[in-house]
Amino acid sequence: MDERPVSLTLKLMALTMFVFLLAPLIVVVPISFSGDSYMMFPPSSWSLKWYPAIFADGKMTSAFWTSLLLAFVVTTLSLLIGLPAAYALVRLKPRGSEAMSALFTAPLLLPTIVLGLAILIVFSRYGLLATFQGLVAAHLVVTLPYAIRVLATALATLPIPIEEAAATLGASPFTVFRRITLPMMKSGLIGTTALCFLVSFDEVVLSLFMTGPRISTLPVAMYHHVEQQADPLVASLSVLLVILTLLVVLVVDRTSGLAKTFVK
Amino acid sequence: MSAAAAIAPPAPVSEARRSGLALVVLLIAPIALINALGFLVPVLNLARMSFYEVEPTGAMREVYTLATWLTVFKDTFYAELILNSITVSLGITLLTLVCSYPIALYLHRSSGTWRTILLVLVISPLLTSAVVRTYGWIAILSDSGLVNNALSAIGIAPLRLMFNKTGVVIGLTEILMPYMILALLAGFGRLDPRIEEAASTLGAPPFTIFRRIILPLTLPGIALGCLLCFVLAVSSFITPKLLGGGRVFLLATEIYDQAIVTLNWPLAATLSILVLVIFGGALVLYTRALRAIM
Repeated sequence: MDERPVSLTLKLMALTMFVFLLAPLIVVVPISFSGDSYMMFPPSSWSLKWYPAIFADGKMTSAFWTSLLLAFVVTTLSLLIGLPAAYALVRLKPRGSEAMSALFTAPLLLPTIVLGLAILIVFSRYGLLATFQGLVAAHLVVTLPYAIRVLATALATLPIPIEEAAATLGASPFTVFRRITLPMMKSGLIGTTALCFLVSFDEVVLSLFMTGPRISTLPVAMYHHVEQQADPLVASLSVLLVILTLLVVLVVDRTSGLAKTFVK
Repeated sequence: MSAAAAIAPPAPVSEARRSGLALVVLLIAPIALINALGFLVPVLNLARMSFYEVEPTGAMREVYTLATWLTVFKDTFYAELILNSITVSLGITLLTLVCSYPIALYLHRSSGTWRTILLVLVISPLLTSAVVRTYGWIAILSDSGLVNNALSAIGIAPLRLMFNKTGVVIGLTEILMPYMILALLAGFGRLDPRIEEAASTLGAPPFTIFRRIILPLTLPGIALGCLLCFVLAVSSFITPKLLGGGRVFLLATEIYDQAIVTLNWPLAATLSILVLVIFGGALVLYTRALRAIM
């Protein structure tokens, strides 16, 4: 990297901006230990009551389980659908594979507010609104582009001679894929899993269009809660979610390198 | 693959190609299906819906008309809405650039574990729900929040920082910073410390080095970051809705209200297409700017 010493001015400016960037995540920590019944900062008294309050809130707990199950199903399906597609596009290179890659990643170019509306209108005709299947389908539209992008990059950077050697020694194409290709693209698979899980678990705009009184996801339940009253309940919930996110990020960093996954 | 094919008895070319094609179709079919049902059909349908007729009762009929488009172009409310969305988003983009640049430059100059830690700090907010971060801003900006409590402690009258444009701009600037920082970092590759050293040896003061060397070299990254943040600002919805408290009217919040509250889908569809037109305009400007820089 750059060997020039970093000037004090730049250090101070970067520090100030870091404080600004992290401020909203930092303030929720003290608020989550507030003893007040509504949100104020700094809190006038301290307590632990808002953490058990999350688990006593039926709406939040059921939304949490919906979100967790949803993220799990969506991530699994993203891998099962994304991996064959990435393999076909990168390795079998059919005619028009570049156009197909562009089409399959195109949903990411569309703002979720537009995509959400478009899906709402079509899904309403088939009774898919406010159903688990509808949520899975809507989330897949945005997780598959990530899956295919990360998996295609992982596949494209693998050394092909090892696979060819295995094939020469008599391994069937499927055995080569299962015993050689898959293990070698482990970090790409972990990156995809983490990314799809977080995208689905945090997705709020698409879900807002797809949920209703019958079914809700955690971000949507939190959104409606904050819209009505900003009490410290959301703060303690946020702290738990930030810890969950950091855990996922650390796992990804340990196994495949954070920089490799997010910064190309 | 090719080695396996070489061992196998030579099959007629057309048959091999046909079985290869069958495999490709089989592998791609699931994603193509999701893409068609969840993306292509809905988006094309959205374009069609913007021409549907809305009866005075609010019911929608499958009769094609230009009425919704004409309303959007004639009603000054929508002209203001569009103009407002564009100017607010431009302001946010500029602020995001100013706030992100020092972090990106500092990150570029750091190395090793320290750099990894800083990078995690930049990326973590990106992976945290916008609802959580917006809630954090409510805690800072509300009447009983951090800033106003600090102000009243030193005897200054409270400021109205929420439920207006100020709150939306502050919140969105912070929310978009990680995108800008990553885009800037990607464009900082052309920065060569030796050129800066040469300028410094020749007696250029630090600010001149920044203005004449660092800034021009990082313009492509700046352009990319600005495009990304502008596009995200125009289409962001959660933060304007929660920090604006229904008092800040932007295209994205209006689309949601028309779709969910008023149930005027043709109008929501028309406004959505306008958002895409603004995206197109931004992309054209970006391409032009890039050509001018490079």
